[in-house]
Amino acid sequence: MTRPDSPPAAGSAPAPLLELRQVRVTLGHRTVLDDISVVVEAGQFVGVIGPNGAGKTTLLRVILGLLPPSAGEVLLGGTTLRQAHGRLGRVGYVPQALSGDANPPLRARDLVDLGIDGERFGIPLPNRRRRARVDAILERVGALHYANAPLGALSGGERQRLLIAQALVAEPDVLLLDEPLSNLDIKSAHETVELVAQLVRERRIAALLVAHDMNPLLGSMDQVLYLAHGRAAVGPADKVVRSDVLTELYGYAVEVLRVQGRVVVVTGESEAAVPTEAPHHGGGGRGPRPADGAPSQPGGGGDA
Amino acid sequence: MREALILHALVAPGFFQSAAVRTALLMGAIVAVANGLVGIFVVIRGQAFLGHALSDVGAAGGAGAALVGVQVLWGFLAGGFVSGALADAGLSESRGRDVATGIVLATALGFGALFLYLITTTTSNANITQTVLFGSIFTINPALLPSMGLLSLGTVALLTFIYRPLLYVSVIPEVARARGIPLRLINLLYLVVVVAAVEQAALMVGALLSTALIVGPAAIAVRLTSRPGLRLGVAAVVGVAATSLGILLAYDSFYWPPAGRGWPDSFFISTLILLGYLAVTLRTRHDRRTLPGDRSSTP
Repeated sequence: MTRPDSPPAAGSAPAPLLELRQVRVTLGHRTVLDDISVVVEAGQFVGVIGPNGAGKTTLLRVILGLLPPSAGEVLLGGTTLRQAHGRLGRVGYVPQALSGDANPPLRARDLVDLGIDGERFGIPLPNRRRRARVDAILERVGALHYANAPLGALSGGERQRLLIAQALVAEPDVLLLDEPLSNLDIKSAHETVELVAQLVRERRIAALLVAHDMNPLLGSMDQVLYLAHGRAAVGPADKVVRSDVLTELYGYAVEVLRVQGRVVVVTGESEAAVPTEAPHHGGGGRGPRPADGAPSQPGGGGDA
Repeated sequence: MREALILHALVAPGFFQSAAVRTALLMGAIVAVANGLVGIFVVIRGQAFLGHALSDVGAAGGAGAALVGVQVLWGFLAGGFVSGALADAGLSESRGRDVATGIVLATALGFGALFLYLITTTTSNANITQTVLFGSIFTINPALLPSMGLLSLGTVALLTFIYRPLLYVSVIPEVARARGIPLRLINLLYLVVVVAAVEQAALMVGALLSTALIVGPAAIAVRLTSRPGLRLGVAAVVGVAATSLGILLAYDSFYWPPAGRGWPDSFFISTLILLGYLAVTLRTRHDRRTLPGDRSSTP
């Protein structure tokens, strides 16, 4: 076990790329995150799942160093965020979408190019190495064929690949994806998850993907960090996404159903933790829509 | 021989000999370059209205400066920076912002009207209203050239300095913040750059039309090419071409009815920019329609 403030010693096992130790965040009188601990090794893909207001975005802000935790610490490769002063480039960030409905008049490759050194002052001189670097990452995410297309002409899925590429081009150790699936159709969502999973394994990086619906992630993620009311349950999906574990996390009865290969979490709240954009059912106009019909009746009694 | 005749028909006699014309052309080029480059960001961020707000308060500043006998340019700049500071303060709260902005701008122009009235009634400077609101390129004091040159150079230098982070902040602000870019500082420096460019343009084409020089050439460049480097060059060249041609036509118009006094250069410059924009827009529309395998934008 490496001590939190000592650099990884040669010979010992390498420090995990990302580690949170009992992180707590209080904003005003409200505790937004409480006692969050997770270890993410190189090559691991973590799904951060939870209902709205569970603290998912706050968690990302803490890892990015934009919000200092009130207690606990965040370690990147064994060093604290404060010590890792050159945080730039070590954590890549992929937003939900290009902001608003704005269509910045840029080409796909210009967006990715920003990721190389966009925080530096001055105008970058175009050169062959820079171009090759952008081309390589565009090819890797399958976006090379629209490298010169204007952003406005691209679909949500295509733009999402570019946002991933622009985060990856700086070669981060940790990739944070903030609800990248929420604006995508089911097919694009699955493709995006598949792409991230491949990138994580081949580049030996760590990725945290925040999602409202865990179903697209089930086959790919190594761990789930399930957030509810600021607290987290962490571990492999089959150990965490269970009625007993989530009931303890939520503090009242919660039932995990497996319907047609999909996981549905039924909570006592009006909003189910997992939305039900159910896949097309073959025939019969109104197929059974799990959780949608009975959001407020968790099996086995009311709220604890 | 024939070339000389055509040239004579296009360019009224004395154009290249006139010192006022030479000053105007040089000044116009200096201002157009700075405005074209800065304008690219105004267009990317969709803030044409910001330029207009800055120039309205600039007008009051210019008129106030003329009233107390200071060079109009410094008044423009002072007004612009006051307006910029107000805009910066207002950016934090969005609700009711348009109403507040409208009232402030109207008040600023009201003060401008008062200052201009006082000048025209108490002095013999009858042209000041035209100069402040609509520009008067041939009456610019050549002694201002060095100041304008430095101002323009400083504007371009600052823009070059913040170019990359500014592009980042303008396109994907949440990622820029995650990368540790100080959003507020960059936006503040951007505001300084825009104020400097707009108020230089105000001296050329007047406070009311200065938006044309900052937004027009950049909008044309953005329509013409999507390559970022080329786009900066095109905006600068289009700006210089529009101002030079506008100055030429304004000079020619001394011989046009009702004769004796040239038409306002700002009319020519803004009209040329509009024509250029229309031409480019129609061209890109046409291209898009005939493009094989056109991608329709999906959400």
